[in-house]
Amino acid sequence: MYDFAYHRPKTMAEATAALKGKPEARPMSGGMTLIPTLKQRLAKPSDVVDLNGIKELAGIKVDGSGVTVGAMTRHADVASSADVKGAIPALADLAGHIGDPAVRNRGTMGGSVANNDPAADYPAAVLGLDATVTTTSRTIKADDFFKGLFETALEDGELITSITFPKAEKAGYMKFPNPASRYAMVGVFVAKTAGGVRVAVTGAGPCVFRVKAMEDALARNFSADAIKDIKVPADGLNSDIHGSAEYRAHLVTVMARRAVDQANK
Amino acid sequence: MTAETGIGARVKRKEDQRFLTGTGRYVDDLPLARATYAYFLRSPHAHAKIKSIDTGAAKAMPGVVEIFTGKDTADAKVGGLICGWVVKGKDGQPHKAPPHPVMALDTVRYVGDTVAMVVANSADEARDAAEAIKVDYEVKPANVDLAKAFDKGTPEVHAEAPGNLIYDWEIGVKADVDAAFAKAAHVTKLDLVNNRLIPNAMEPRAAAAEYDKGTGNYTLWSTSQNPHVLRLILSAFVLGIPEHKLRVIAPDVGGGFGSKIFCYNEETMVTWAASRVGRPIKWTAERAESFMTDAHGRDHVTHAELALDKDGKFLGLKVDTIANMGAYLSTFSTAVPTYLYATLLAGQYTTPVIHANVRAALTHTAPVDAYRGAGRPEATFVIESIVSKAAAELKMDPAELRRKNFIPADAFPYQTPVALQYDSGNYPPIIDEAMKMADYKGFESRRAEAKSRGKLRGIGFSSYIEACGLGPSRVIGQLGGGVGQWESAQIKFNPTGNVQILTGAHSHGQSHETTFAQLVSDKLGVPIENVEVVHGDTATTPFGMGSYGSRSLAVGGSAIMKAADKVIAKGKKIAAHLMEADVADVVFEQGTFKVAGTDKNVPLGAAVFAAYVPHNYPLEELEPGMDENAFYDPSNFVYPAGTQICEVEVDPETGVVEVVNHTAVDDFGNIINPMIVEGQVHGGIVQGVGQALMENAVYDKETGQLVSGSYMDYTMPRADDVPSFKLGNKVTPCPHNPLGVKGCGEAGAIAAPAAVMNAVHDALAPLGVTHVPMPATPQTVWQAIHGGK
Ligand SMILES: Cc1cc2nc3c(=O)[nH]c(=O)nc-3n(C[C@H](O)[C@H](O)[C@H](O)COP(=O)(O)OP(=O)(O)OC[C@H]3O[C@@H](n4cnc5c(N)ncnc54)[C@H](O)[C@@H]3O)c2cc1C
Repeated sequence: MYDFAYHRPKTMAEATAALKGKPEARPMSGGMTLIPTLKQRLAKPSDVVDLNGIKELAGIKVDGSGVTVGAMTRHADVASSADVKGAIPALADLAGHIGDPAVRNRGTMGGSVANNDPAADYPAAVLGLDATVTTTSRTIKADDFFKGLFETALEDGELITSITFPKAEKAGYMKFPNPASRYAMVGVFVAKTAGGVRVAVTGAGPCVFRVKAMEDALARNFSADAIKDIKVPADGLNSDIHGSAEYRAHLVTVMARRAVDQANK
Repeated sequence: MTAETGIGARVKRKEDQRFLTGTGRYVDDLPLARATYAYFLRSPHAHAKIKSIDTGAAKAMPGVVEIFTGKDTADAKVGGLICGWVVKGKDGQPHKAPPHPVMALDTVRYVGDTVAMVVANSADEARDAAEAIKVDYEVKPANVDLAKAFDKGTPEVHAEAPGNLIYDWEIGVKADVDAAFAKAAHVTKLDLVNNRLIPNAMEPRAAAAEYDKGTGNYTLWSTSQNPHVLRLILSAFVLGIPEHKLRVIAPDVGGGFGSKIFCYNEETMVTWAASRVGRPIKWTAERAESFMTDAHGRDHVTHAELALDKDGKFLGLKVDTIANMGAYLSTFSTAVPTYLYATLLAGQYTTPVIHANVRAALTHTAPVDAYRGAGRPEATFVIESIVSKAAAELKMDPAELRRKNFIPADAFPYQTPVALQYDSGNYPPIIDEAMKMADYKGFESRRAEAKSRGKLRGIGFSSYIEACGLGPSRVIGQLGGGVGQWESAQIKFNPTGNVQILTGAHSHGQSHETTFAQLVSDKLGVPIENVEVVHGDTATTPFGMGSYGSRSLAVGGSAIMKAADKVIAKGKKIAAHLMEADVADVVFEQGTFKVAGTDKNVPLGAAVFAAYVPHNYPLEELEPGMDENAFYDPSNFVYPAGTQICEVEVDPETGVVEVVNHTAVDDFGNIINPMIVEGQVHGGIVQGVGQALMENAVYDKETGQLVSGSYMDYTMPRADDVPSFKLGNKVTPCPHNPLGVKGCGEAGAIAAPAAVMNAVHDALAPLGVTHVPMPATPQTVWQAIHGGK
């Protein structure tokens, strides 16, 4: 690990101030991604701003229209939340399958979504549910948030404060874990909300993406059969020792079907 | 001794108290005053010429104590690392032995090859400085694809081994095998790759060394499976520090699986440099270094053919194997694909003639050496795959075909056509028991039920044999082995009657502290809590060979029994004196010396006390003290055998294979602690399932980069990947060691890959799939089903 200045602010204002004007400063939430990166010397931040002291960032709120999850809410808390289970069971289920217990007890939704790992699970839920990301300076719709490989709409020094998910009439998430890391090799989130049907795919490509053809088919008939013959092109999908682009493309259809079955249960 | 702690009892592991409460002491835990820390700069290239190394800026970095490169060690005449087993090829010549310098001189030969050693006040400073070392490399094409290692135009790893050939070796008479094939009614052919594995011991390799200027003595703490052998190699071949001036301690060691048998450059360098810098040096591998530089396992490309007569009797077996050695020959690398592999190719069968040709290849990859099973898993995978394939081709029941060819119980000792003489065994009852436990009869209905859920269910057999507990030393010497294969033991009583067992074996997961204590407790009647097992320190234990090849109990335990016999013999004399009886009339029963037919008795503790306080003692005839030493050289290998039956379910849509049932019935001879044996079998099966379905060391074929260099890409089996196992055992005691024991440490890993892969093939057979490469990962299976990309 390289040397860096460590800050532990108590308020959002202090956090924003600590990051201001320092392009090489990094916020830290659960540290589950950041700390391994530091230990392997793959990152050399000038400052690490630890958000764990900011009480207001954690917590889950439900109202008539949806669920708002604070950025510092741990995966384990999402997984076990009665509110989340009641409003969007698929989201709680997804959180319960991230990593292992240690990771779920430290890792946060804000950290995961900000990191936008192509194999992370949460981005599928955020995009699949058409969630809204609230930051220190604005709100960003899911469609505008995920920009590419590890790339988001966040500006330097901008922090996620919470994410709001609309209530789902039906939702399901099916993950095909990478055999080694157990991150998503292909994860498909399907949801039917007031805003319509969405199908979001993580793990398969460089960034989470939607499958329009499946969404249209499911809007007509929300059943696994409706999408069984819809294939995504392998072109541009990830390819590695665990799965070729073709295999991943195939798995998208299989996992999408299973996610629909799950949603219909 | 009491039934609760004696031979055959499920005594809880003594060592678990500290392991489970975080109070074990590993090399990295060692507090050393004024310690410095080493960091090794590794080659990022598989093959490159080192044009220059500039350590100037790095040496000026904060905290840096010293930086060494290959030039420094060469100038100081540090010897190269050795390969301790000479294999003679078909041409009668010893294998090619290219130099293995402790740090690269002018060429790097694999990703991870050592380029420089930085010693600094802290591990972080050492690493910071390593980043400031400037190495100018001229990158060269790499030889990574094993199947092409001997091809014309493939880059050579060492000039000393033209064409990358280390040896071209054979066993068996080719003409006899050809004649047998000429008479065959059926020939089954098989091409397979035995996938390369990375050991992944829970504790990474570590070394710490200290030089005492006052005495000139060195102490090396190392994560070694065999501290005396390590010391011998360092003393006699590499560093020239006399054995009596070098103490090697292997304290608690968190797993090895073979990878910690070998003498590595890091522990060598740490020892050498400790005297140069005048301060202790510590080093602990990072996980990424373990992936890159621990000796890897397996890695064969094989073609095999089995000839059968019209009734399914095996007539002959032909095997042609290319074995990967990596870029340098590790300590026992040459023996693994020859004497530990091809000599096992008879399996449990009466195959009358066998010929195997093994060519060892150099590649620009990490060295390959013994890994749990070492050669025997590879042999079992060949035999058990081809036998099951033959059964499928002949539409015979795989169990029936095996049974038809088993060596019959009355044929032991049985001389195989590939040198080994099996001492004992009885195979048919093992497979019967396994089939009963696995409910083989009910399989077809389970298959049908699985089908109704969209799953393809398959069942697979693997009837393995292994040879372990190596010896006798004479034979090992004739085969080119450079060391003896005996084991030592010392039983040291204290005046108050408690005991230390000093063993030359080493425990790094094998539970010797419990099993060996049970032996002595049982034999001498000493309560188990009064028995302490001491191992892993060349200064306190007698010279020993360490632990590998499932030898600890069969060889090390036998030495302990010999020492215990000496204790009893001496105790009898003392007791005879105390009881004023004739020695010939004294018997030893349950910890007490007695004169048969009288009520005279002397407890062992009283005899021991008399030996240390010899006031009433036959000092004219007998030395005082109770401290007995024994060395045991086995008269043959031991031959554990068994059958595993695996049942899998394949999801044809995704290619995911789930192990749903796994049964293992073994013959390990007599069993000292069934719980520990089951633990060894569990771990072994999981490793075997790992090899069959998950683990794969992948190097990029162009660049030689280790693609599976972390847990993000190297799939380790996890607890939820396996079902609860059904274990059984059948006993034919080993006829030639005092305990009647065989070995159990490797069996699970030896048998499981073939059982799992045969089950996968059986599951996919209805789809017309005839070959699935190992590991059968989801993608591999899906591709096999869909013939696709
Ligand atoms: C062994 C292991 C297994 C895992 N398995 C999975 C898995 O199966 N699925 C999965 O999805 N993930 C997995 N993860 C990742 C895990 O979910 C992480 O928790 C997550 O990716 C990052 O969350 P964090 O809170 O730890 O963020 P951190 O590591 O603290 O930060 C991650 C990045 O986000 C930035 N950041 C953090 N918080 C904010 C914020 N509020 N606003 C803006 N930027 C911010 C940081 O600067 C950093 O760049 C795994 C991790 C590990 C170690």
